[in-house]
Amino acid sequence: MTANKKTTGTTKTSMTNTGKTLRIAFLTSTMLAGMAHAEDVTLNIESWRNDDLTIWQEQLIPAFEAGHPGIKINFAPSAPAEYNAVLNSKLDAGSAGDLITCRPFDASLDLYNKGQITDLTSLAAMANFSSVAKSAWQTDDGAATFCMPMASVIHGFIYNKDAFDALGIAVPTTEDEFFAALDKIKADGTYIPMAMGTNDQWEAATMGYQNIGPNYWKGEEGRLALIKGEQKLTDPDWVTPYATLARWKDYLGDGFEAQTYPDSQNLFTLGRAAIYPAGSWEIAGFNAQAGFKMGAFAPPVVKAGDECYISDHTDIGMGINAKSAHPEEAKAFLEWVGSPEFATLYANALPGFFSLNSTPVAMKDPLAQEFVSWRDKCKSTIRSTYQILSRGTPNLENETWNASAAAIKGTETPEAIGARLEAGLASWYKPTK
Amino acid sequence: MAAKSFRWHIPVFLAPAVLVYTAIMIIPLFGTLNLSLYNLDGQNRIFVGLANFKTLFGDPRWSASFWNALGNNAWFFIVHMLVQNPIGVLLAAILSSPRLRMAAFYRTAIFVPAILSFVIVGFVWKLILSPIWGIAPGMLDWVGLKSLYLPWLGKEAYALTTLALVSVWQFVGIPMMLIYAALLNIPQEVLEAAEMDGITGSSQFWKIKLPLILPSIGIISILTFVGNFNAFDLIYVSQGALAGPDFATDILGTFLYRTFFGFQLQLGDPHMGATIATAMFGIILIGVCIYLFAIQTRLRRYQF
Repeated sequence: MTANKKTTGTTKTSMTNTGKTLRIAFLTSTMLAGMAHAEDVTLNIESWRNDDLTIWQEQLIPAFEAGHPGIKINFAPSAPAEYNAVLNSKLDAGSAGDLITCRPFDASLDLYNKGQITDLTSLAAMANFSSVAKSAWQTDDGAATFCMPMASVIHGFIYNKDAFDALGIAVPTTEDEFFAALDKIKADGTYIPMAMGTNDQWEAATMGYQNIGPNYWKGEEGRLALIKGEQKLTDPDWVTPYATLARWKDYLGDGFEAQTYPDSQNLFTLGRAAIYPAGSWEIAGFNAQAGFKMGAFAPPVVKAGDECYISDHTDIGMGINAKSAHPEEAKAFLEWVGSPEFATLYANALPGFFSLNSTPVAMKDPLAQEFVSWRDKCKSTIRSTYQILSRGTPNLENETWNASAAAIKGTETPEAIGARLEAGLASWYKPTK
Repeated sequence: MAAKSFRWHIPVFLAPAVLVYTAIMIIPLFGTLNLSLYNLDGQNRIFVGLANFKTLFGDPRWSASFWNALGNNAWFFIVHMLVQNPIGVLLAAILSSPRLRMAAFYRTAIFVPAILSFVIVGFVWKLILSPIWGIAPGMLDWVGLKSLYLPWLGKEAYALTTLALVSVWQFVGIPMMLIYAALLNIPQEVLEAAEMDGITGSSQFWKIKLPLILPSIGIISILTFVGNFNAFDLIYVSQGALAGPDFATDILGTFLYRTFFGFQLQLGDPHMGATIATAMFGIILIGVCIYLFAIQTRLRRYQF
């Protein structure tokens, strides 16, 4: 007992000594490093893309810093679900980073109107983007652009190619073929036909309703008519997608009501589910995780020969905090973000985030190529609830989450959902005809 | 002899506690109450009196959320009162029996969950109950009851009760410990006297011990009430701040968090958040007052 105690004592002393030496060594090295970069400016980026942290640190930031000595970039993301709230409190408190990753449309417009992010219309790189690409970050009259567009995401379905081959299923193009394929997978029993849960609610809206919906409301035509007040959410074009979602219920895994978003991703990448209603942002993660061949198909059209529509949603941009102490350096960074060089780097480092740059970008990833090829066949639109319709309370996008989850679970009829959403929207939105 | 000199040491010794408590409890509390009387008019904060409360109780959307949260909270509390506290009393009664072997082991094992973090408890139970990776469906399958399995956390009808029972599992050790201590406090002479009168076994528990531990049960009830109406962590960890499915597990704590800090697309609104916090404060205050004036004064106390 005594001997033991003594040994411990000695070890402790020697460890403290080593600790002291180490600490001094560390301190000296930090001081030296600090002196070497004393005049560098560090720009902090606020973002919700915490999945992309390593890509920023290993590929994008070194590429920028190599060409811009004196500017250091620190990518500091927060949790996606908390981003809007965290960013707003940070901006109000004056502690937000220099560069702000912009959500599309009303969320960022609100920041601009409050004077929290600056007008970037005069940046030279803005010329690299079409007016459609910029529309997500402009004032309603298009006079001012306040975020540099970065990327859009496309909705569709990713499928397990091995499963489709083994069961002899052809890629569905119409809704009948789609449900026939699901029936076949279900009858076989090896795979869960479709990986989706309603626990987190947003997948049901984003990867469900906004994924298949454009084929019903004819993309931009319906979306703009809704904003103009020529169509209502109780119209068949807006209600039928909920009826289709309700049919998905039978093809989801057991207990899908408690299945979370990561659960669904894992079910698919572990090869237990055959079809995954997707957004293209999944591609990078799925490539890394899945041990089987994957393919993708666009949302099936209602009848063969119908024109197809896809959700090609301008999703991510970047602006400058009005209170930034280094606006010139931040502008230099955004000029680079708007350059073709960044577009190529970004689109290949993050397959599935498609560049909005007018310069065509060569992408190497086959799955990403498949997604982007639909732009030639189908008409593009953006998510119906984002522009203008989410400015008031109740926020239509928020309501759509809950509604889509209810539709899939079958707890509310499509007609009741349409009526509820229309009543909520009509309570604050008066379309200007 | 001159008038008693002022006893300076009393305020001096009280000062640290009073200052710290005022700085971190009293001032924030009044700050919150005060904030609920203001709102934004464009960019400026203006005094609006009770208008926020009018919105909270008068606007159909706000009031529906509020009453839903309050109703869920009441159910959360009822489950605790009906399950946690009786089980706690029962466990304490069993533990205090001199014939029980390994009492120390059971006592520790039952109390351990109470010192676990909410994050661990929420996450572990979410995994246990998960329809995909969980062991609950498998275990029910072994005993041939797979048909009873449901994705409880995802069903509106069951989610809240499930979470309440998880919380009961976590905290049943606390009433057990308090009652256990109260039971040990009963003097041996009283029990011996009871035995002389022929009162033994369970009738001894009902007729002698229970009346003597009633004040402790009262304290536990009020602790449960305050704890439940302030609850937030478990729901947030397992269901997120949207308290799904379809707000079925939304209690006042998550409703307050969502409103005050914002979540997903909803932006934070400190003024309405403070209004909800004030309403919660009022509810808890009323509950505690009812206990203090209507129940505690009627409890009979015995001096030994």
